[in-house]
Amino acid sequence: MQTFFIIAILLLGFLITFQIAKASEYVSILRGEETARKQTNKINGFMLLAFLVLGLTGVYYCNEKLRGKVLGESASVQGVSIDTMLFITIAITGVVFLITQIALFWFAYKYQASDKRKAYYYPHNNKLEVIWTVIPAIALTVLVGFGIFYWFKITSEAPKDAMLVEVTGKQFGWEFRYPGRDGILGKKYFKNIDPANNNPVGQIWDDPANWDDIWFESKPLHLVVNKPVKLVIGSKDVIHDVGLVHFRMKMDAVPGTPTTMWFTPRFTTKQMIEKTGNPRFVFEISCDQLCGKGHTGMRGEIVVETQEEFDRWLASQKPQYYAAFPDKDPTAPQKDSVNAISKTSATTAVTQMKTTN
Amino acid sequence: MSDAMNVHPEVVTTHDVHHDEHHVHHHKETFITKYIFSQDHKTIGKQFLITGIIWAIIGGLFSVLFRLQLGYPDQSFPILQTVFGHWAEGGHIKPEFYYALITMHGTVLVFFVLTAGLSGTFANILIPLQVGARDMAAPFLNMLSYWFFFMASVVMISSLFIQTGPAAGGWTVYPPLSALGQASQGSKLGMDLWIVSMALFVVSALLGGLNYITTILNMRTRGMSMTRLPLTIWAIFFTAVLGVLSFPVLLSGLILLLFDRNLGTSFYLSDIVVNGQILPNEGGSAILFQHLFWFLGHPEVYIILLPAMGMVSEILSVNSRKPIFGYMAMLGSLFAIATLSFLVWAHHMFVTGLNPFLGSIFVLLTLLIAVPSAIKVFNWITTLWRGNIRFTPAMLFAIGFVSLFISGGLTGIFLGNSTIDIHLHDTMFVVAHFHIVMGVASFFGMFAGIYHWFPKMFGRYLNSTLGYIHFWVTMAGAYLIFWPMHYEGLAGMPRRYLDKSSWVSFTQFGELDKMITIVSIIVFAVQLMFVFNFFYSIFKGRKVTTKNPWGSNTLEWTTPIRPGHGNWEGEIPEVHRWPYDYGKDGREFIPQTEPVGENESKH
Ligand code: HEM
Ligand SMILES: [Cu+2]
Ligand SMILES: [Cu+2]
Repeated sequence: MQTFFIIAILLLGFLITFQIAKASEYVSILRGEETARKQTNKINGFMLLAFLVLGLTGVYYCNEKLRGKVLGESASVQGVSIDTMLFITIAITGVVFLITQIALFWFAYKYQASDKRKAYYYPHNNKLEVIWTVIPAIALTVLVGFGIFYWFKITSEAPKDAMLVEVTGKQFGWEFRYPGRDGILGKKYFKNIDPANNNPVGQIWDDPANWDDIWFESKPLHLVVNKPVKLVIGSKDVIHDVGLVHFRMKMDAVPGTPTTMWFTPRFTTKQMIEKTGNPRFVFEISCDQLCGKGHTGMRGEIVVETQEEFDRWLASQKPQYYAAFPDKDPTAPQKDSVNAISKTSATTAVTQMKTTN
Repeated sequence: MSDAMNVHPEVVTTHDVHHDEHHVHHHKETFITKYIFSQDHKTIGKQFLITGIIWAIIGGLFSVLFRLQLGYPDQSFPILQTVFGHWAEGGHIKPEFYYALITMHGTVLVFFVLTAGLSGTFANILIPLQVGARDMAAPFLNMLSYWFFFMASVVMISSLFIQTGPAAGGWTVYPPLSALGQASQGSKLGMDLWIVSMALFVVSALLGGLNYITTILNMRTRGMSMTRLPLTIWAIFFTAVLGVLSFPVLLSGLILLLFDRNLGTSFYLSDIVVNGQILPNEGGSAILFQHLFWFLGHPEVYIILLPAMGMVSEILSVNSRKPIFGYMAMLGSLFAIATLSFLVWAHHMFVTGLNPFLGSIFVLLTLLIAVPSAIKVFNWITTLWRGNIRFTPAMLFAIGFVSLFISGGLTGIFLGNSTIDIHLHDTMFVVAHFHIVMGVASFFGMFAGIYHWFPKMFGRYLNSTLGYIHFWVTMAGAYLIFWPMHYEGLAGMPRRYLDKSSWVSFTQFGELDKMITIVSIIVFAVQLMFVFNFFYSIFKGRKVTTKNPWGSNTLEWTTPIRPGHGNWEGEIPEVHRWPYDYGKDGREFIPQTEPVGENESKH
């Protein structure tokens, strides 16, 4: 019923507009096309000027209204560079925007048809044309210069002491793998993937580097504040994208071609809760590449914490190897006393991981 | 209000004609050869236009549907279920349906409306008329070009009605998503149909493009040197060159995709476990497809934009009663844009794991494109300066085009800078950027062209009051919709999200999304009004009574009001000057057909 109403009103409005439009055509013929045309021209010239003024006011108003909703300070060191670059670009393009839009609408208004004026025959002016080739070229050189400088800084090799984490996308969620105390992510092969047998990312169990790797999904990724982290990113099925808005970072997850990205978190989650005043604040991982029907909800979380908190958390994690081979797990319910000794050593091993990676 | 512009009877065109309908080739024409399988470039142009309009309504309607979802994610619209059945159970758009809608919306508008509908229409109508030819070089191939487009349309439409629905992987159809039926409903039969349809489309584009190039190079009338061509023709020429060089690359990419889908090859597939099933493919590269796609995809955005730029240049000059400023610079910048557009494709791939050094080269080349773009903008603005401007609906759309091109071009500078693109890639910022610079701006160019050349196409005027309403609502609406959308992108909100309620970071724009939805519905309604004006005026519009209603210099206005097949009666006029002698030596305009006078000043 409501829909019907809306459609009826629309149709009515349309009919009225159309009748007016048709009538004005006849009226203009009656009144003399020339006078009618002149009047229309004046109205539209004025509208163009009005559009400029209202438009610029609108731009200002829009900014006032929305800038508080854009993300605050970057939560990563690299993101600070990105924000700087963004502001440089906003400044330069903002000036160009104002000059060109004002000139466009102002000239249109000012030089609207008038019997008193004759158009000025002005086909070209080489000097002017050179000037406005060179000025944009200089402005762009500045932008390219800064841009590439930051770009190389951000995409350079990760520092040696960076923590290493593997992120794997799949329809529709994220899986994480920590390399364990050896600091090496064990080899994997996609045909080994077998979640039913506790091998969700296809680790090759013959590789000893795998024995201490910690795997989990549907739980937050843990990072250490002020410590660079290098993500090794992959996908099991289609292309996804690890999007980290608060860190301003982003990298595709491509099946068959691992990618990497590194950054340094500046604030812990707790600090962010204070800064934003939002008790629900979490760092989110958003999938930024269309990956199917669950794309919208492909969400992950990150906890950034201090080194001690991180160590405590890590100590509570168990290598996936033990899930796949419970009999190798020293902490599993014991059958004989021999394992009791290795149990303690395994626990210390896990706590040591913090220092090795 | 009226559209009639004062015509100066003292200007005598070389061929005065006394009757309208006159066929140069006196062969029998039936309804079918005249209106359906016509080889007359003008009819083919109209066919492209009307098909494009129908597609635009469909594509626009899709956007209204998914804007409803975006503006009101938790409201239910029972009517949707009535119309779409299980796709919108309970009046809620299902994700599969949402993604099918955006994919079709993008494909339809980018390819079927703004490529075929825009350059197909105006290349066909304007090339022979403005270069002084009786028809295209190969009228039969030209006709085939339309019919291939028509077949592509039929296949694409049919994919809307199959059980698993149409393609749903975005208009960029990145594999593996588009390659694996197990990964998405839309990657089943719908995707095969999408590929077949696009293959037919490419054939159409190639047949058309080769024809346009040949005609422009070989069939110019006497005196029409290349530097006397109107900028419309130059723009269409570069458009055609871009299409001919880049569409085959898309086609090859799509054929490989078809092989991966149906023949078990591994061009794009490697290391995949989908739905618990381990696929045998190894060694393929998903990124390869993106290179092939964007090697077309980026030139494609200029294929869409250049004809609009050409028409806008022409319309700005005619209605400012002034020459276009810097004809040679306009030409040079068209050339630079066309060339550079082949060298920037990887700016769509900065965060795919592209080698950072390579990335930096693409940053440089991408931002280089801003230089010729800036030249064009400054030249358009200078064309207005000290003019004597008539605000016809066409002129307003042309001015609107320049404004939008500035706004959208400047945001391109953000995205082209890889450092910023890390943050903005695949967010709503990109959506705002390309809608303004490509979507709306090209539509403005198209509208400008339609309002300007409608008298030539149909011998009648469009109602200009409706035209003014159309312009002002669309102009205000376009900015209201897309300007604030940049802020969503700056906040990092990803594109192609249909419901943000499960997120903490992306929920702050609910009110804005509602506003955008309401405005888009209004803007869509006004486009329907334009469509009505269009069809109504074909039959009932005010009749054109003079051959040259806009006081224009170009050749098309020397033909009869309703030119028959062959365009000119008797001989084709000879050209003696460039097309932009407006306001020269105190004369309002001097048609190209008028010989250069002895005492005429040089420029
Ligand atoms: C100053 C000139 C321009 C620059 C520097 C520029 C730069 C870019 C960049 C870097 C992207 C990729 C953004 C991303 O996905 O992260 C992009 C996207 C896009 N641009 Fe531009 N652009 C410019 C002008 C244009 C023009 C003139 C058009 C169309 C006529 C256009 C149409 C598009 C489209 C359609 C996309 C999005 C494609 C997609 O992902 O679906 N751009 N632009
Ligand atoms: Cu996704
Ligand atoms: Cu591009």
